[in-house]
Amino acid sequence: MSDPTTQAVIEAKSLSVDYRLKKEWFNVIHDVSLRIEPLQIHGLVGESGSGKSTLAMALLRYMANNARISSGTITFDGQNITESSPANMRKLWGDQINLVPQDPLSSLNPAYTIGNQMAELTMQKSGMNRQEAHAHAVEMLAKVKIADAEDVMKRYPHQLSGGMIQRVMIAMALSTQPRLLVLDEPTTALDVTTQAVILDLFRDLVHDQTVFKSGGGALYVSHDLGTVAQLCDKVTVLYGGEVMETAAVDDLFARPTHPYTIGLLASLPRHSVESDTRLSTISGTAPSLAERPSACVFAPRCPVAIDKCHSEKPPLEAVEGNRLIRCWRWQEIATGDITVMNKPQATPAEVAPRKAHVLATTHIEKQFGSQSLFDRLTGKAFNPVHAVDDVSITIQERSTFGLVGESGSGKSTLARAIVALDPANSGEIELCGVEIDNRLEKRGKEALRNLRMVFQNPNDALNPYQTVGQAIGRTLKLLGEQQTVEDIRTRVLELLQAVRLTPEYADRYPAELSGGEKQRVAIARAFAANPALIVADEPTSSLDVSVQAVILNMLKDLRAERGASYMLISHDLDVIAYLADWIAVMYLGQIVEEGPNAEVYNAPSHPYTEALISAIPLPDPAQKGGIIRLEGEVPSAKDIPTGCRFHTRCPRYLGDICKHEEPPWRDAGNGHFILCHIPVDELRELQNNEKPPVRAENGHANKEGTSS
Amino acid sequence: MTRFILRRFLLLILTLFVTSFIIFSLTQLLPGDIARINLGREASEEALQRERERLGLDSPFLTQYADWLGGFVTGDWGVSYNRGNPPVRPLVIDRLNNTVKLGLMTLIISIPISILLGVLAALRENTIVDSIISLVSLSVVGLPEFVTGIIFINVFAHGTGWFPTTSIVRDGFTFGEWINVLTLPAMTATLVLLGYVSRMTRAGVIDELKKPYVRTAILKGIPQRQVIFKHVLRNALLPTITVIAISIGWLIGGLVVIEEVFNFPGLGKELVDAVQAKNIPMIQAIVMLIVLAFALANLAADVLYGLLNPRIRLE
Repeated sequence: MSDPTTQAVIEAKSLSVDYRLKKEWFNVIHDVSLRIEPLQIHGLVGESGSGKSTLAMALLRYMANNARISSGTITFDGQNITESSPANMRKLWGDQINLVPQDPLSSLNPAYTIGNQMAELTMQKSGMNRQEAHAHAVEMLAKVKIADAEDVMKRYPHQLSGGMIQRVMIAMALSTQPRLLVLDEPTTALDVTTQAVILDLFRDLVHDQTVFKSGGGALYVSHDLGTVAQLCDKVTVLYGGEVMETAAVDDLFARPTHPYTIGLLASLPRHSVESDTRLSTISGTAPSLAERPSACVFAPRCPVAIDKCHSEKPPLEAVEGNRLIRCWRWQEIATGDITVMNKPQATPAEVAPRKAHVLATTHIEKQFGSQSLFDRLTGKAFNPVHAVDDVSITIQERSTFGLVGESGSGKSTLARAIVALDPANSGEIELCGVEIDNRLEKRGKEALRNLRMVFQNPNDALNPYQTVGQAIGRTLKLLGEQQTVEDIRTRVLELLQAVRLTPEYADRYPAELSGGEKQRVAIARAFAANPALIVADEPTSSLDVSVQAVILNMLKDLRAERGASYMLISHDLDVIAYLADWIAVMYLGQIVEEGPNAEVYNAPSHPYTEALISAIPLPDPAQKGGIIRLEGEVPSAKDIPTGCRFHTRCPRYLGDICKHEEPPWRDAGNGHFILCHIPVDELRELQNNEKPPVRAENGHANKEGTSS
Repeated sequence: MTRFILRRFLLLILTLFVTSFIIFSLTQLLPGDIARINLGREASEEALQRERERLGLDSPFLTQYADWLGGFVTGDWGVSYNRGNPPVRPLVIDRLNNTVKLGLMTLIISIPISILLGVLAALRENTIVDSIISLVSLSVVGLPEFVTGIIFINVFAHGTGWFPTTSIVRDGFTFGEWINVLTLPAMTATLVLLGYVSRMTRAGVIDELKKPYVRTAILKGIPQRQVIFKHVLRNALLPTITVIAISIGWLIGGLVVIEEVFNFPGLGKELVDAVQAKNIPMIQAIVMLIVLAFALANLAADVLYGLLNPRIRLE
């Protein structure tokens, strides 16, 4: 046996994987070579459909019945496992090779306790008896910084929060000291603050020799360039089932060489990007299985493709600096002879926001839950969920109001109350200077016309049995001025053009469109009746970054062209920062900070905003993100903390005053307000000081999410 | 969990109360004069009046209902209108006894077979095994019980002589004798349940197999049977339990055809007889029992479902 500290953990050579659909084999992974070195975290990045999960599972030899490895080899720890039998793989699985999956909650069996499921693995693999396995599991849970491990062992998956379960999954995956750990989008389902904590934890564990077998390594699969930059040592960029580029993380981010990598990095909205410039985009959409180009897979979308790129497939070349690249023109790009991305253009000149309000809400309240007959009979106290609690906002004409917060903050509930999908229990809403009813059925046509919504998931927002033209035409017929068939058709085509879709799209069904195209249709439909305000709830969070950039640019253009306002809701501060003029931060049903974009982003900020910004993984390995981490997760809206709602998690917790007294609004100037007990000047000073805060009283560590 | 059971139990009482009212009202709507049926065409108006008073038929509707419900709850189920006016309760209880035995026998035969077939079909989804199981179980469901019953009688009674042609019950039957008379009717009822339960199991297992926790279990490298039996079945059988509970209700009250074919003295057959004879106390008692059986089976299913599902148990 060779030395495990130098031998590759796992290596794929020219690996191809096929899928059989309707008796025909389709090639989905083509000629992939990938090598994970000991003590390395190897990132595998790609957009949806790039084949990254298929590749990761193929490396584990965990494949669907209709999949096959058509060529190439996989070597694990010096052993060829390309054709290992399931029985042989079962010896490696759970012992040498472990997986931390994407969706933690559904990845544990709902019917068994955490303890049972953790012990099952070590009893099987390490020959422990029940007591030993239990003790070992408790020890592992402590390693992932779960304070009350014994208690967590007794719980069922549904009683734990997502972040907590992901810790359990990591503890379990490491409990047999594996040689290879595969992390498949392990933080995608989590909030950004939880993600930051999990990634920190994982970064520490990889270099802890007691959890990895000597010379162990990890494969980190993700669509998120930020987390990859912050976590990985080496990165492979996958597109259309092929490796585009592999390089050390610093190299890749500092000197991306493949046009696709360059395009991906350029399309990220970053708060450092001037918000009056457009994001760079990659035109077109990723190829589907059946129509993958036989030459360079990226050529149809590549801004620098030449004839050769469309006729001949470039080889995966190993070039200097341990880099792999598949491109005919990489040398020209590397030397700077050609540039892939043009300088971002400025967005069309915008009309300065006017002072008039398009929307004003006062004291909006929304509660959920009703008392059951049984509870009423037994006299049990009614305890509703306070999703939105006394929120007043104003949105100026021709501006974008950004609303940001973690899941459970009430931001979507507020949006749905404003458009009356879930009417507010109390409070007033004023639209274009006219007070409108909280209930949809009492709102006039004018209010419906002026207030439209774009939803998060475009797949669910379009009727699958209506063509694009019918979907947009229906809104026009109900709310628009056009009434004749011809007028409506003309207007539909005009709207499609506005969202950069060709007229043929009018006769297509949603199933024939990609996610990004569907979202464009949804946006066109929202604009159909010339609304004054469009409420967009996470309009890009189900889309890939390259598509997101297109949509964000378009929203910006449309606002300038059509003079509408947006209320943009997102968990992604970068998206908000790119598009919004005004930002409000929401926590547990309350707005805790609001003000102009630049003011909110810089000190002084509310400690919660500060933590949100600090948790953003920066897509640049040279830049480390903030060091402030939040303990625990958003408390239940059924049981809202006293005093300042954020006091249970606040890194700048002062003491009893936060626990018992509601904080005042503090004026930071320029219309920037912060809801906090700490005075503005003190906050500014604290936040300009680089040292992480130490909590005055540390009684909440890792009690997160163990609700019953 | 106690709260959950308590809630279900209160709901059950409420259901029974509402159905009792409906049953009583419906039996009142049956055409014909009971007193005249009992006393015959030549009875004098005076005699008819006395008979009505004796049966309580002259009091107001709600009083009659209250009397009847009070009686039912305290075990006084009235007297049959049949010749000799025997009390209803012992008669009905005796029939119920037979029916429960037949139902139990059916469950013992059908549950293991149908779950096994369902699991097998799911694990071999879209293969020839799956197709054969689906084809067979669905085609027997389509056959009416009187057809399958008669085929069984011809093959296993007339043909091989293993079982009696009719399932007449006598007092003092031994265990073996009971098995002997119950097997053929139970097999007939099994065929009806088979397709239903096995399809449900198949769908449940296929659903569960797609869930990410199954991948977690497989990638633990544990033996395949542990993946199936410990992880998949535990969750996949939850919907099947509900289906079985509903079929228990059917086994108590709905086996009329099978009982008729095998001449088996069960509750269903008795009910049909009572309806034909307009024997109202008998109808009311039997229907109440059937409703009770349905409700209890559902309660049992809910409780079992809750016990097996920590999300409900720990609510």
